[in-house]
Amino acid sequence: MGLARLAGPTDDVIMITLTLKEQPSVPLEAEVISPDVLANLDHAAVRALPVYLGKRRLRLDEFFEVDGPGSEQIVIRGDAGKVKMIGRGMTRGSVRIKGNAGMHLGAEMKGGSIEVTGNASDWVGAEMTGGFIRIQGNAGGQVGAAYRGSLAGMNGGAILIGGTAGLEVGMRMKRGTIVVGKTVRDFAGLQMKGGTIFLLGGAEIRTGAWMFRGTIVSLLPVALLPTFSFACEYNPSFLRLYVKQLAALGVSLPNANGRWKRYTGDNSVPGKGEILIGEPEASAASATGVVSNSSGR
Amino acid sequence: MLRITGGKVYDPANNINGVVKDICIADGKIVADVEGGRTIDATGMIVFPGGVDIHTHVAGAALNFARAMTPENQRQARKFVHSANHRMGIGGPTPTTFATGYLYAGMGYTTVVEAAVPVLSAKHTHEELRDTPIVDKACCLLMANNEIVLDLLEAGDIERAKQVVAWLIWAAKVYGVKAVNPGGVTAWKWGKDAKTLHDPVYGYNKVTPAKIISSLARIIDELGMPHPLHLHCNNLGTPGNAATTLETMKVLEGSRAHMAHLQFHAYGGDDWHSMRSEAAAIAESFNARPNLTADAGAVLFGNAVTITADGPWQHLLYQLTGRKWGNLDVENETGCGIVPYTYKGSNLVNAVQWAVGLELLLLINDPWRIFLTTDHPNGACFWRYPEIIHLLMNADVRKERLKKLPAKALSRIKLADLDREYSIYEIAIITSAGPAKALGLTQKGHLGVGADADVAIYNQNPDGELMFRYPRYVIKGGEVVVEEGDIRNPHDGREFLVKPPFDPAIEDFLRPLFQQYYTMSFDNYPVELERIEHAELRTIP
Repeated sequence: MGLARLAGPTDDVIMITLTLKEQPSVPLEAEVISPDVLANLDHAAVRALPVYLGKRRLRLDEFFEVDGPGSEQIVIRGDAGKVKMIGRGMTRGSVRIKGNAGMHLGAEMKGGSIEVTGNASDWVGAEMTGGFIRIQGNAGGQVGAAYRGSLAGMNGGAILIGGTAGLEVGMRMKRGTIVVGKTVRDFAGLQMKGGTIFLLGGAEIRTGAWMFRGTIVSLLPVALLPTFSFACEYNPSFLRLYVKQLAALGVSLPNANGRWKRYTGDNSVPGKGEILIGEPEASAASATGVVSNSSGR
Repeated sequence: MLRITGGKVYDPANNINGVVKDICIADGKIVADVEGGRTIDATGMIVFPGGVDIHTHVAGAALNFARAMTPENQRQARKFVHSANHRMGIGGPTPTTFATGYLYAGMGYTTVVEAAVPVLSAKHTHEELRDTPIVDKACCLLMANNEIVLDLLEAGDIERAKQVVAWLIWAAKVYGVKAVNPGGVTAWKWGKDAKTLHDPVYGYNKVTPAKIISSLARIIDELGMPHPLHLHCNNLGTPGNAATTLETMKVLEGSRAHMAHLQFHAYGGDDWHSMRSEAAAIAESFNARPNLTADAGAVLFGNAVTITADGPWQHLLYQLTGRKWGNLDVENETGCGIVPYTYKGSNLVNAVQWAVGLELLLLINDPWRIFLTTDHPNGACFWRYPEIIHLLMNADVRKERLKKLPAKALSRIKLADLDREYSIYEIAIITSAGPAKALGLTQKGHLGVGADADVAIYNQNPDGELMFRYPRYVIKGGEVVVEEGDIRNPHDGREFLVKPPFDPAIEDFLRPLFQQYYTMSFDNYPVELERIEHAELRTIP
């Protein structure tokens, strides 16, 4: 999967900085804030890009101070919690948000990286196929999920969330990795078809409901549905490989060499997915905080 | 007034095969000559009568249900942004009403037949068709599972059944009559199906699917309807169903009939693992029966949405795919099932289906009796017709595609042995002249004097797909509606209606049945003629 290759931006390139003037009254649709769009535009063209406030089409510079020429390294400052679709469908470059991000951040992205120092709203990385997203704070629901009606959610790439996450994390995901540092809410891995979800801070209820395939790794005991059956207690070798990949992203996974309980399900589908639950000593380690906020810069 | 000059004209109904001649248009009709007005120089282009789609699903309750059920398709579909020339909409497998009109016209089609309308939702269907611009429309009414009609057949009261059928045709304001899985949809209300033609339908003692088919076909003929019974046979989609289809052709002896989406009814084998093409046997029997016409219902690989009144089949398809399933029960009249589906070239069954559609088009030797359709959106979207035309016109292209199919599929199909290539003239027959003739639309499908001025002009190109995907000009009712790759002057199309003869006293028989069995009062049931904008009514004396 090559998480280690998904390196962030280097500091010696020219960046474009967008500073939010004030939070919009209703959510602003700004899918133009993407390296693919900004890379080849000059300063004036960036300022004139269209954004939608409700049904009204307005200019980007009505909402953002724009500093610098177009670049595929984008920095956003301010509380962009109501700015939707940042980095949607991006294939390269980086977006660094010093603050919060709105819904659909990095949805359908194919490559590049997104980092958020604050919180992100729902649908982070929905249906993404590649690239890397790191949220230092909390995320909303449907992280890496399939949009309503779609057969498959996230199909590659990685999403790291330092804090908590909402409902239906990884719903119908097919490939890729999601790591959540603190508790996730209900239905993590709903109808999951593949890929891996690491729950470092445990989960609320109905984890893995209707999962067909894929792996959910929890460091804390989770309330399992009755349609999951205990398989064995063992040390999965693939976890040791994951430790190396996750370490490159600043995530440490304790107890990878320890013992794990394996449950299979969801038998109501019937599915061949698995939930791995670490032994109690592993959960003690997780409580000390395992998602590092520093990525080495 | 308009003159099209310099183009090679393909007008099979008038035996004109690629002759360079002028086509003149005045007041929405083809005329012998005009003076003045615009001249279109069509040098290097081919001139066709506007396309006629004899079987499609573009409006009504079922299609709307399908639109709502598939947000994933809508999200990825082509967008039509509002402009001075057109309204907004979305394309994809189940286009919105306005987009449907633009997409058909944008392909050179000017007449479409919505093939499945229950009386109960006819008002909704007509309203959607009113909002489907440019193209002229006609509807077929679902009849073969109407319990009032079946009860009359059970009682042997054919004469009264004929009166009821005629009254229902006029109540729904339609053009023709469709029979879907005769008896099967009624049986589905008890969780059953009608798999054999000569056994009584569940809930009846005497009525068999064969009796429904032969009675309706005869009634339609006796009423003098311009289009014969439009039949969706029993056992659609299932391995081995060719036997049912061949038997149905025997049942239809002595009557006219149009067999819809024949591809879905031409399979051999005992189960999904042994499924094979029986297109050759179907074509052989069909070729010998001049009372029949058919449309292909061809399949192309990719996303589709299956929508049919054939409820039991849709439940089976849902069980096979594990995808979404919608089911509608239309009171005493019919039902409906909806399942989104993806045809895959790597799938043995889908590969056989793809080949069967093409085989039927190639093995049925009279192009005046087999027409190009995909049973949109069941086999593929209508806007993919040019892909099928390309395959029909080029045996080498077909052979290249065959190489991509699973090796196992090749032993189940005959397509590799078929070298026939359609000529441009034959394409004009299967897309326009033939279906217009089968529909009895005498003013459509040709470019003779007096015909509706529906003309499609394409750049001649050895690649059939490129040629027919992007018409250079499309003229509908004398107005240029497509030019320079965009929609111009979209106007409302008309709707063709037929009023067959019936004794108004039949209402005295129907009224109490409605009070007893329907949720709708009898007086609210028929569609008022005033609801149909631009109706073109043909009254049969």
